[in-house]
Amino acid sequence: MKRKDDFETRRKSISHLSHEELHQRFWQLSQQLVDPLIELARQHTTPSIERSVLLRMGASSIEASTIVGYALANGIIGSGVGHCIVKVMSHYHISLRDAIVMCTDEAFFTRNFKSGGVLNETV
Amino acid sequence: MKPFDQKLDIEAILSDLEHYVPRSRGWHWRKPVDHQKIGKFEYFDTSESLRTSVGLPASHAFDSIDPQPKAIITTEIASGRFEDDIRRMRMAAIHGADHMMVIRTAGQSHFDGLIEGTPQGIGGIPITRKQVRAQRKALDIIEDEVGRPINFHSYVSGVAGPEIATMFVEEGVNGAHQDPQYNILYRNINMVRSFVDAAESKTIMAYGNLAQIDGAHNANATAVEAWKVTPELLVQHAINTAFSIACGIREENICLSTVPPTAPPAPCVRMDLPYAIALRELFPSVKMRAQMNTKYMESSVREATVTHTLNLLISQLTSADIQSTITPDEGRNVPWHIYNIEAVDTAKQVFAGLDGINEYVKIDRQNEKLSREIRELKERAVLMMEEMLEVGGYFEAVQQGFFVDSGLYPQRNGDGIARKISGGISADTVFMRNPDYFAPVTAHFGYNNLVQYDLQDPTEIIDGCTFEDRSKIIYIDELDESDNVYLRLKETEAYRKNSIVKPEMEWQGDGVILLTMFFPLSVDLAKAAALQTAKQMNLMEAEVIHVEIMHPMEGTRVEVKGKVPFDINVASLKIEPKPQLLEEEELKEHIRNHPFKIVAGTVGEDEHSVGLREILDIKHGGIEKFGFECIYLGTSVALSKLVDAAIELSADAILISTIISHDDVHYKNMKKLHDICVEKGVRDRLILVAGGTQVTPKIARDSGMDEGFGRKTKGQQVATFLVKHRSEVKE
Repeated sequence: MKRKDDFETRRKSISHLSHEELHQRFWQLSQQLVDPLIELARQHTTPSIERSVLLRMGASSIEASTIVGYALANGIIGSGVGHCIVKVMSHYHISLRDAIVMCTDEAFFTRNFKSGGVLNETV
Repeated sequence: MKPFDQKLDIEAILSDLEHYVPRSRGWHWRKPVDHQKIGKFEYFDTSESLRTSVGLPASHAFDSIDPQPKAIITTEIASGRFEDDIRRMRMAAIHGADHMMVIRTAGQSHFDGLIEGTPQGIGGIPITRKQVRAQRKALDIIEDEVGRPINFHSYVSGVAGPEIATMFVEEGVNGAHQDPQYNILYRNINMVRSFVDAAESKTIMAYGNLAQIDGAHNANATAVEAWKVTPELLVQHAINTAFSIACGIREENICLSTVPPTAPPAPCVRMDLPYAIALRELFPSVKMRAQMNTKYMESSVREATVTHTLNLLISQLTSADIQSTITPDEGRNVPWHIYNIEAVDTAKQVFAGLDGINEYVKIDRQNEKLSREIRELKERAVLMMEEMLEVGGYFEAVQQGFFVDSGLYPQRNGDGIARKISGGISADTVFMRNPDYFAPVTAHFGYNNLVQYDLQDPTEIIDGCTFEDRSKIIYIDELDESDNVYLRLKETEAYRKNSIVKPEMEWQGDGVILLTMFFPLSVDLAKAAALQTAKQMNLMEAEVIHVEIMHPMEGTRVEVKGKVPFDINVASLKIEPKPQLLEEEELKEHIRNHPFKIVAGTVGEDEHSVGLREILDIKHGGIEKFGFECIYLGTSVALSKLVDAAIELSADAILISTIISHDDVHYKNMKKLHDICVEKGVRDRLILVAGGTQVTPKIARDSGMDEGFGRKTKGQQVATFLVKHRSEVKE
């Protein structure tokens, strides 16, 4: 879009504002712009977020990439990939570390988390 | 390890990294001291002094003081080899930098995951856990040396932001750039992905108490006319700030990255000031990270330094909590060691020089034009946000090219950076969280179904995550056998062990030197002549990195870089031995027993007298206090007059001062003095000494003097020489 500087016309709507009111308006508009972005982030996840969760659970970066890759392939990322590890831990009664290592086995992961898999109870 | 009087041992730093534990988490500010007395002076704006530091070159004239400004001083270091950068960090720290910003290697933003090991980078370094650990560990040693915490900093951006943020918190990184707008505009990463990732990254950074620097300054560097994006900069700062606060980052850790957009010959200070004020008025409770201008940097380091000095003036007149520095050679090459130090010193020097000036000089905020300009910028920003909401919000506005348009908003030139909501790298990688979504970790943003497991703390179910229990972190050492620090260290081992040395600008043993020359030729011929000069000096890979016209016909200044083809054996180097000084009492006693008479004067057409008087006068700590009898004949004394006086008074020595060195007149005068003494048959019984700022001892001796003394000579040195020399000659 090309447009000449029509600042003088546009500013008529805000020229009456005091400095404080202008500052308030500035922050109110920022908040309005950001609110939907925050809501979006609240309800969504990404491969990087899930990898970061696995890192914090004690996976190596390589394990995290591998497992999140399997979760994506099996459409289970929306339940949380860290959640998958927790399910493996409790279902097979194994340690956190063992659960992480087991999930790096593609066949094991797929068997458990494919659609209709033992540990894929939700969609 | 307490290596303050030795070189950093890189092998020791790299050993046992697996068990390294960072000392602290989070950002450290300096400790300001109001109205502090340092040396002879009172300072208004300084912080605690360093335990060990290297002051400005002129500090020796001021009792070697090294006042530290209140603002954190940043230096950006990333040569591609982190092991060499560690030494540069140590040099920068001792000059006053306490914020080490590590630039990432080209392409890391698009790397989907963490990089491990220590591969070499391009234009920066691959940020990996091992590299971060090694540098943080080295900084622990460096902070002990200087006696001040040093902040370590890199980037939480690209498509692996949350993972990098996690690793940074685990590894004690103190600050990071984080701004999803940077991903979108400059890295073409999908905007939805960027904001969703950013919320997690920021939550993690908030937990780790990291300082966050935003990315707005990049619009300055990208826009065609940098000063026209200022309304948009206010908008970019606002979006990242509001988003960060929503993610839990405290205002005191939110640092706005702001650059004075313009540079001379534009009337930049006047143009940049309204923006600097508008920003600080709109964002009173967050921090200012003042960056220096890069947009208008050419290859002249002098020009860059002056621009940066003006940027520092704006920082001083407004405010800066973090003062970033840009190396003045950034316009010509990847920054060299020496220019990191120059940039840090420039900031330190300007802040010391301007200390407290705000108490005497105030910005005239009520000035009608200034006031109008500030108001106008704020209004333009508000109008831009209104229009963004009208078109459907932030994403839609970016899609329509609202940002980095070269028109001063609301003017639009249609050349902004437009990105598609569904486009860019990693598009379609954002997934809705299911009702059972669960992440059993600390510092997780957004929906997390804890109820299904009846949890208060999500990490209960795994007995704490790595943030509570760092023994859970999996450390990877190296992944690539053909590209790692050990291979690089093997190549440079001889240089590190100090048996051989090469000139160095960037990497150990790189052999790079810089030559400055002038040719009485036009630009193209001068460049060719400079390269020919380098060739005949046997320099390899010679390259012209700077030219400046002195006059289109009369001459050109050229700077050339090149590599020397040889090593120097350190053991073979000869250092001129430092003369052993006689103690004051020894000198006094000697002169009491053997009186010593001196005739002195400044020779040639030269009216300088200060230097010689400092050497002679008792009140300046000169040699008179040891009992020497000094007959001072004044300035512009004829040489023959000095010799005649020495003969008449039976003096032991003639001291001449010679400041003017044009056309080597100082050395010519020394030769002449020697010749007159020979002619008159008194050379053997007179000691001849010459001093002056441009005097090199060896050349003075070659010019017939018994000794020469250069800059910074003290009376005791001259006295010691005279006494010893007379004894030796008599013997």
